[in-house]
Amino acid sequence: MTAGNEPRKPWSARLVLLVPYFWLLAFFLAPFAIVLKISLSQTALAQPPYLPVFDLSAGWHGLITFLRGLSLDTYGLIASDPIYLLSYLKSLEVAALSTAMLLLIGYPIAYGIARFSRRWQPLLVMLVILPFWTSFLIRIYAWINILQRDGLLNGVLMKLGILHAPAAWLASDTAIYIGIVYSYLPFMVLPLYTALEKMDRSLLEAAADLGCTRRRAFWLVTAPLSLPGVAAGVLLCFIPIVGEFVIPDLLGGSDTPMIGQTLWMEFFSNRDWPTASALAVTLLCLLIVPLMFYERLQQRQLEECG
Amino acid sequence: MRHGPSPFNVAAVALGLAFLYLPIAILVIYSFNASRLVTVWGGWSLQWYRELFHDAGMIESAWVSIRIAALSATAATVLGTLAAVALVRMGRFRGRLLFSGMVYAPLVMPEVITGLSLLLMFVALNADRGFWTVAIAHTTLTLCFVTVIVQSRLIGFDRGLEEAAMDLGCPPLRTFRTITLPLIFPAIAAGWMLAFSLSLDDLVIASFTTGPGATTLPIRIYSEIRLGVRPEINAVCTIMIALVAAGTIAASLLAKRSAVRRERAVLAAQV
Repeated sequence: MTAGNEPRKPWSARLVLLVPYFWLLAFFLAPFAIVLKISLSQTALAQPPYLPVFDLSAGWHGLITFLRGLSLDTYGLIASDPIYLLSYLKSLEVAALSTAMLLLIGYPIAYGIARFSRRWQPLLVMLVILPFWTSFLIRIYAWINILQRDGLLNGVLMKLGILHAPAAWLASDTAIYIGIVYSYLPFMVLPLYTALEKMDRSLLEAAADLGCTRRRAFWLVTAPLSLPGVAAGVLLCFIPIVGEFVIPDLLGGSDTPMIGQTLWMEFFSNRDWPTASALAVTLLCLLIVPLMFYERLQQRQLEECG
Repeated sequence: MRHGPSPFNVAAVALGLAFLYLPIAILVIYSFNASRLVTVWGGWSLQWYRELFHDAGMIESAWVSIRIAALSATAATVLGTLAAVALVRMGRFRGRLLFSGMVYAPLVMPEVITGLSLLLMFVALNADRGFWTVAIAHTTLTLCFVTVIVQSRLIGFDRGLEEAAMDLGCPPLRTFRTITLPLIFPAIAAGWMLAFSLSLDDLVIASFTTGPGATTLPIRIYSEIRLGVRPEINAVCTIMIALVAAGTIAASLLAKRSAVRRERAVLAAQV
């Protein structure tokens, strides 16, 4: 079925596209427009707690007063208060460092799986995916069991004589990194494995025949060929980690919060909707470049296979 | 390099899997601990499970979560499958870039952004928040995962069968129903299961979009965890892990059986 001799698409084919299209327009794209609008409004002691409220019944005149009411004040506030800036910096730092750790830990695992015989690979891949199916919250909770003051880690370390007094693992950046690496590991391993598994092994044999050492062959052949997998894994981890809320909230300390926590606090504790919206818009602007890279990667994958 | 994995490769995989499974195993074991203290092993006991079954709030939340998950997973599977068919089969169409952008973005979009934006829209629309708003939010979040799974199945699929059916005069809709749908069904089923478990799991988006009377299980567990570790929570978590494990094993057995059946059919056709 080539595009040339295809007749006009029947209504059923159009419906296939239009139904999910409109769903996503209504429930994914349109909400962003509303966030943008509220980020330009001011907090008010009202229901909903922001001003101005757009009133359709006021007509043209209403639209003018509504537009006059919008301002960039909230963004000025975010720029002037160092709390927000520090929050963004902390999020970027945590995301960058933990993505690097994930790559260091995930690569040997993915590479190891790809070296097993074809019979074993599906089972090993399933074992990596399986924890991802259990609840995210449960997995973080499991670490609270281990890391708390009278938890298992301290118990084991003290029995072994490594520690003499219980150490505070919980409520620290260490705990945040452990939680993030643990939760996101499957997202790093799977794209790496997909790239490594597709690789033609005869390339390595050729390198060996030509007198290349195994280590050199890895850096000259394997590493460059796995780059698409590295890019996918890095983006798949980095972008959501920047906005992570649950892990730093449950495992982290009370010093500088990550931006997801700050946004949550502004919204739920301070009921400051305009500031929460402005924080979300700014976060989105920070992530727009990696997001576009990610889109490009997905598109290319689709075209390669299709 | 046909020599298989080196000791280093085996060690990397083994350590990786141990890291992934050890915390879960510890959680499960301690749900059967008779002692309330985490470090003290007081022998095997089912008392936390008994207490759990008397916790009416927890059971009600579980029921809310299961209903939302079933509803949103079903809606997401229908919408996500349609989106996958559109992306793989419709070639270039106007607005394709925007469409694929909207399909892939929620996969990595930080949940605080998605949650906040959906809530603000529900408020702007003056919608009553609760069961339905969470279900809509979860449908939007999970349909993208369904799309990715179904799409990969559609790509690696022999179009000759569809073309043969159409050449024999089968109308497109019927071809889809009788040829395409059964062939991509394993991916659709996997997509539904993933959507179901993601919805059952979600805390952030549900916290933003929920309202009175619709406290989902993760919201309740989260508020309890904030107060500290409790053996009852270990018991809830163990039950959820057991359900997921049972579902996954059943699904992989079914997939294996259908693969065997398909192979037999191919062999029979060749004879």
